[in-house]
Amino acid sequence: MTQTSPERPVRVVLVDDHAMFRAGVRAELAASGAGVVEVVGEAADADAAIAVVREQQPQVVLLDVHLPGGGGVEVMRRQPSPDALYLALSVSDAAEDVIGTIRGGARGYVTKTITGPELVDAITRVAGGDAVFSPRLAGFVLDAFAGSIDVAAVDEDLDRLTEREREVMRLIARGYAYKEVAKELFISVKTVETHMSSVLRKLQLSSRHELTKWASDRRLL
Amino acid sequence: MSHPTPPAHPAAHAAARPTRPGASRRAYRDSSAPIAGGVAAGLARHLAVPVLWVRGFFVATAFLGGFGLMLYAGLWVFLPADQHFEVGAPGLESATRTGKRPGRRSRLRDAGPAIALGALFFGVVLGVEGIFGQGVLFWPVVLAVAGIGLLWRQADEAQRERWMDSSGRIDPFRAIFGNGGWAAYARIAAGLGLIVTALIVFAVAAGQATFAMPVLVAGLLGLLGLAIVVGPWALRLVNDLGAERAERVRTQERADMAAHLHDSVLQTLALIQKNANDATTVARLARSQERDLRQWLFEADTTDATTLAGALKEMAADVESQHPVVVDVVTVGDCDLDESLRPLVLAAREAVVNVAKHAGTQRADVYAETTGGAVDVFVRDRGAGFDLGGVAGDRHGVRNSIVDRMARHGGSADVRSAPGEGTEVRLHMPRTGRPESRHEPHPEPRNESHHESHDEETP
Repeated sequence: MTQTSPERPVRVVLVDDHAMFRAGVRAELAASGAGVVEVVGEAADADAAIAVVREQQPQVVLLDVHLPGGGGVEVMRRQPSPDALYLALSVSDAAEDVIGTIRGGARGYVTKTITGPELVDAITRVAGGDAVFSPRLAGFVLDAFAGSIDVAAVDEDLDRLTEREREVMRLIARGYAYKEVAKELFISVKTVETHMSSVLRKLQLSSRHELTKWASDRRLL
Repeated sequence: MSHPTPPAHPAAHAAARPTRPGASRRAYRDSSAPIAGGVAAGLARHLAVPVLWVRGFFVATAFLGGFGLMLYAGLWVFLPADQHFEVGAPGLESATRTGKRPGRRSRLRDAGPAIALGALFFGVVLGVEGIFGQGVLFWPVVLAVAGIGLLWRQADEAQRERWMDSSGRIDPFRAIFGNGGWAAYARIAAGLGLIVTALIVFAVAAGQATFAMPVLVAGLLGLLGLAIVVGPWALRLVNDLGAERAERVRTQERADMAAHLHDSVLQTLALIQKNANDATTVARLARSQERDLRQWLFEADTTDATTLAGALKEMAADVESQHPVVVDVVTVGDCDLDESLRPLVLAAREAVVNVAKHAGTQRADVYAETTGGAVDVFVRDRGAGFDLGGVAGDRHGVRNSIVDRMARHGGSADVRSAPGEGTEVRLHMPRTGRPESRHEPHPEPRNESHHESHDEETP
C-alpha cells in the first residue's frame, strides 16, 4: 500500500500487559517503520497508560483490549490526551471485544497476527485520521447494521448505513484494500475513507435503541 | 460472565445457556432490567411479548383486589434470577475475571426500584385499608410491610452478589448481606426494626382488648415475619443448588477440554521442534494450532457444519491443513445448512483450492453474506490471476466444479480475473422459501447458537 510518509515520524505509545509482546512490537516497528513510526512510551496497565499518554501526548496509542485495570476501553474513556487516536491491537477478535472497543472510541482494530509493514500502515492511516477496518471488522459492522436495519425499517435514515457505505463495507469484508475499493466503485480513496469515518461515527454514536438492542441481544455491549 | 446484558430474545436466550438434554425452557427474572424484581421483563422474554403488555397486565390486575400485586410477589419469589452462570469463551472469561475488560456500567436503575417499591408499598397500604378499614391494624401493617419490603429487596440483592465472590466459595455471611456495606446492614436493620415495631404497636394498640385474640395474631405475625425474613433466602438456596451443580459439571467439562487443548498445543510444539527446518510444515502446524486456540478462547460457538458459516469455516480449516494457504473467512448473517446450500459450500471449496493451487499466493479471502433472499459467497485472492478467455480450456475445475455445479442447483457463479490482478469467484444461491421454523423444537438442539436468532431478524 502506498502511504506517503509524513515528514516527522508518528509518535506512538505502546500499551500491552505482556512485556515480551511490547518488545516484539517495538522491534518490529523499528525494523519496518523506521522514520515513519517512533515508539515514545510503553505501559503495562490502564493507569500507567493514562500517565504515559498524558505525559507524551502521542499521536497514536497502540492499545491492547484486555488490560489490567479495566481494559483498553477504560483508557479511552478517561481521555488522557485530547488528540491521541487509538488503534486496538488484540489477540481477541471476538465480536463483543471488537464492537465494544470501536464504540469506546478506537479508530481501528487489528489482531496480533498482523505483519510489521501492515501494522506500520495501520498506524500511519490512523494518525492521518482514518479508520482502519479489517475484513473481519467490516463483517461485524455489516452484521450489526444488517440486524438493526431490517427490524428498524421504520426508523429514519440517520443511523443506518447508506447504500454506498454498505457497499464499501461489503468490499472491505471481501478482502479488498481501500485502493481497490475505490477503483471498484469509481470513487476516490478519500471518499472511501470518508465512508469509513461515517460508519465509525454511526457505530459509536448511534443511540438508536434498535442497534443497542441488537447488540445487547448478542451480548456485544 | 459479568457482562450482564442477557439476550433479550427468547430464542437467543435459550441459546445462550447450554442446553442439557431434556431441559425445559423456563422463565427467569431479568435482573439486568429490573424495576422492582425484573419479573415483568423476564416474563415478557419468556412469553415473547412486549414487556409493556406484561407490565400493563400487572398494573391492571392490581386493581382486581390486589391480584396483580400478589401475582408479582409470588413470581418474584418463585422465579430464579437469570445469568448466574453465563459462560463465555474461556479467554474472555479469564480476561473478565482478572479485570482486563471493562466492567458493567451502572445504569439508571437506582431510582426505578425505589419508585416501584414505593408504589407497591402504597398499593398494599391502600389494599389493607380497604380490607380492614382504618382501624387498629393500619399502622402496624404499614410498618410491617415496609420492613418486609426492605428485607426482601436486600435478600434479592444479596442473592445477586453472592456469586461474585472471586475465590469461588460460598460465604454464608455474603449470602445474607451481599457485599456488605452500610446500605446492606441498614436495610436489614431497618427491615427487622420495622417488623418488630409493627408487632409492638400492634400489641400496645390491641392491649386493652380481649387478651387471647391479639396474642394469637401477634404470634402468627411473628411467625409470618420470620418466614418472610428467612423464606426468600432458603428458597433461593434451594433454587441455586441446582444451578451450582450444573456449574460444577460444566467446570469439569471445561477442565477436560483445557487439558485436551493443552495436550494438543504441546503436541504441536513438539512437532514444530522436530520439523524446525521445514518452514512450510512449521507454518502449517502453527497456523492450525493458532486457529484451534483462537477458536476455543474467543469464540463461544464452535465450527459446526450444520450452519453455513460453520461449514465455510470448516471448509477453510480443511483446505488450510492440506494446502499452504491462509483462508480468512468473514460471514455476515447465517442460516442452517440445508441441501440446497451444500453445492455452494463445495463450489466455494473448489474456488479456495484453486487459489491454493494456481494463484501462487498464500492468502484467500472468503466472504459470505446471508440475506433473506439469497446467499452470496465471494472467494478472492491477490495472486497471479488469469485470462478467462485464453485458458478456459484447461480450467475444467472452474467450469465443472464451480460454474456448472452452481447452475445445476439453481445458483450462479461468476469468475472475474485478469492477469496480475488476482481472481474473484462470486457465487450466488437464492434461498428457497423455506419457512423459518425457529420456535419449533429443533431436531439438533445442541446447535442453537447466535445464528438462529440472527436469522430471525433478517427474514
